[in-house]
Amino acid sequence: MSDIIPYARDDAGAPPSRFADYRSTLLRSPDQPLVRVPQTLTEVTGPTGMWGRLMGPAVADLTTQHGGAPQGQRIIVSGRVLDEAGRPVPETVIEIWQANAAGRYVHSHDVWDAPLDPNFTGAGRVVTDAEGRYRFVTVRPGAYPWGNHKNAWRPAHIHLSLLGRAFATRLVTQMYFPDDPLIEIDPIANAVPMPYRQRMVSRFDIATSQPNWALGYLFDVVLKGQQQTPFEDDHDEH
Amino acid sequence: MTSIESPDLETRNAAPREDNQDLALFGQTPSQTVGPFFHYGLPWKGGADLVGQSDMGARPELFAEEHWVLNLSSPTGTPEGEVIEIAGRVIDGAGNPVPDAMIEIWQANAAGRYRSEDDPREDVPLDPHFVGFGRASTDREGVYRFRTVRPGRVAGPGNSLQAPHLAVSVFGRGILKRLATRLYFEGAEGNDSDPVLGSVPEERRQTLIARRQDNGDWWLDLVLRGENETVFFDL
Repeated sequence: MSDIIPYARDDAGAPPSRFADYRSTLLRSPDQPLVRVPQTLTEVTGPTGMWGRLMGPAVADLTTQHGGAPQGQRIIVSGRVLDEAGRPVPETVIEIWQANAAGRYVHSHDVWDAPLDPNFTGAGRVVTDAEGRYRFVTVRPGAYPWGNHKNAWRPAHIHLSLLGRAFATRLVTQMYFPDDPLIEIDPIANAVPMPYRQRMVSRFDIATSQPNWALGYLFDVVLKGQQQTPFEDDHDEH
Repeated sequence: MTSIESPDLETRNAAPREDNQDLALFGQTPSQTVGPFFHYGLPWKGGADLVGQSDMGARPELFAEEHWVLNLSSPTGTPEGEVIEIAGRVIDGAGNPVPDAMIEIWQANAAGRYRSEDDPREDVPLDPHFVGFGRASTDREGVYRFRTVRPGRVAGPGNSLQAPHLAVSVFGRGILKRLATRLYFEGAEGNDSDPVLGSVPEERRQTLIARRQDNGDWWLDLVLRGENETVFFDL
């Protein structure tokens, strides 16, 4: 068979699986160290080009999925998907989901007493273009309380899910907003050590904003890259 | 008087700051949990059915029907191979089922070929009706279930041949980064010489091997922590 070019392992910005301040990790993180295994064809392949067939058509505008316009601040979120060498990752799927402007999810297990919006679901998906670019139109999600500790509030965030080219590059993350005072007291964001936590904070961008219509935020996603030489074991997480 | 067309205002947005666009911080975007509310955004109807068209993989009872916006896979026909169902329970460190996990699989077709531009082996046939990627929510009892075909053997390092397997990812509330593992089949040819299974301490290998139930299903529990903890990989 042809030689496998392995993907990089976690870099220094990866969170640990167990982070005591985020209580749900205590029973849901492995106790045993992760086992290092060789990457094979299984890990360096993925369903490239199959997104539409798997998941249906793109939904890039989350503000036009229902009869009227949703409540809240209309925003544009755009950026590029790149690998660690800065090369674009084209034709890869990005899925997003989020709370509405009041901080409420359409999910039945979300019992916070904030209003649902009949004009907002909060789920979308797009495929990156040849330059790795993507763009969503949505509303800025609200912050919301959660039960992790007394007076706990999640900072406003958009969930993002990316597959990249390969099983090895799978990523689920959250995008935060600049100047949000809740980020620095949020256990989930702070599972990522500083300064790497700031990789998840989008940038307000006047050039992405559209006059009299929407504010713009830039958020690039960087996936694990393929190494030309065997990867050095310099980022053990334990 | 400063004009509102002042160049200062125009350039202020580009001031250096520690954020996503800061070149000094460039590197892998860190992983975060999917949280408890992903069901209307990620698992599509039929995401866990790699063979036909059904609702497998979705939890439509968790939100109102008008919020199904990403909803249906489009199979083109029946793939080659032995159709199998694979299921198991996701269990936490207290021994309780995890009803809000999401499991993904990635596998080769019955001939052992990946539907990927990065699988260059033209001597192994593609199946026009099989992709090999699936996604399932766990149900109220913490059980995931996929319908798929039994994968063929795929080339491994050197001249080796891997045993039939699925790559498996586990996501959930409290899971800060994807947990990667594999599912093998009890009694399959190649289990004894598989290069990945062989990297796992022998006493823990059984946590990766699905067993056939009386009803024909293959069953493998995914134990996140504690006794019989599943082996998760550092890829």
